[in-house]
Amino acid sequence: MKVLTLNFLTCAVKSCKSSSDSFPLHPKDAELASDDVEVNPQLLINLLPRLDWKALKTTSTELGFPQLPDSPPTIEDLQSDEKLLKDLHSLLMETNLMEGKLVCGVCGHEYAVREGIPNFLLPSHLV
Amino acid sequence: MLPTPTTSHVPYSLVYEPAEDSFLLLDTLSSPSQTPFLSSLFPPATTPPPLILEIGPGSGVVLAFLTAHALPIFSRSDILTLGIDINSFACSSTTTTSLLAASSHPTTSGHFLGCLQGDLTGCLRSKQVDVLVFNPPYVPTEELPTLPATLREGGKEKGGKVTFEDESKLLELSYAGGKDGMETTDRVIDSLGEVLSDRGVAYLLLCAGNKPEEVKQRIRGMGNAGEGRQWKAETVGTSGRQAGWEKLQIVRIWRE
Ligand SMILES: C[S@@+](CC[C@H](N)C(=O)[O-])C[C@H]1O[C@@H](n2cnc3c(N)ncnc32)[C@H](O)[C@@H]1O
Ligand SMILES: [Zn+2]
Repeated sequence: MKVLTLNFLTCAVKSCKSSSDSFPLHPKDAELASDDVEVNPQLLINLLPRLDWKALKTTSTELGFPQLPDSPPTIEDLQSDEKLLKDLHSLLMETNLMEGKLVCGVCGHEYAVREGIPNFLLPSHLV
Repeated sequence: MLPTPTTSHVPYSLVYEPAEDSFLLLDTLSSPSQTPFLSSLFPPATTPPPLILEIGPGSGVVLAFLTAHALPIFSRSDILTLGIDINSFACSSTTTTSLLAASSHPTTSGHFLGCLQGDLTGCLRSKQVDVLVFNPPYVPTEELPTLPATLREGGKEKGGKVTFEDESKLLELSYAGGKDGMETTDRVIDSLGEVLSDRGVAYLLLCAGNKPEEVKQRIRGMGNAGEGRQWKAETVGTSGRQAGWEKLQIVRIWRE
């Protein structure tokens, strides 16, 4: 699963969803793999408006990627700051979460990730 | 005709094999009646990349098709695609099928995010999905099967083999829809207001046994379409035109 996916996911436990701490889920013992993908600045520029920047910044830090700026870059920032563009490309388009866990900040439930596939099925006491 | 993705690596004793229903989805989504609609919902260059979600992708044939042929279907290749299946073997199959298809069509392909194991859309943030596709377990049956505990956790015995009982459970989960074949599909319909983005659209497959006219009426009556908008539900593809309950159709659901 691409790391970008984390921007769309939350805890599957119903009572967690109303709390803002259920997003983003926190990677634990993460093993990452990197694909070689051609840099596409336009894709990143189009993508940014639909991403939750604060959550992305958290994910980036937790996975040991370079610190992202506090506010989302503008189109001009991306066009002029080659390092930022490369960092975002590598985090969003190239990095896959292969093994480890995704932890909810509210209930603490740990979703296992195996062979790139996170398992969001809940044990019966959490359904 | 856009080429159908290769699924020869898929273990069909554990994962639903592409059939008439799967091919009806491929044909409908790539038909000249749907492609202008899709590009008008998500005008390229001026709007963010749409997120395409397939629930229950099985072999991955549909999701891989949408990923690999993003440009002809959506008029843009900057789309994101995601699968969620309750069957972990379907998740691995979908990943392989999608990555293979994408790499065979590098100039038209979108971006495959991955396939998660989960129950419908329970793990998604609200209003993220722009296109939802679901070929559900739609056959009317006495009971809706549940996933055995062994299959919640990857599903293999120590020796790496799946038991015969678990094999038949997985196949049952792929077709058995409970009362009117609608128990799983109804849960998806009820969640559409929460799952779809404001510009979102869903494509659902129904069979005649699901009473599709009643289903469409129920959708049109749902109250949560938002200020000044209404739910629309129209049949946009059919197959097996002869009388009988196996006749299939694709219903498109959106707000206008
Ligand atoms: C009829 S098959 C469709 C497979 C594939 N999309 C195709 O068209 O060939 C239904 C799929 O839905 C999955 N499924 C059934 N119940 C589910 C649930 N509650 N959540 C997620 N997936 C489910 C099954 O495992 C199966 O892969
Ligand atoms: Zn939680």
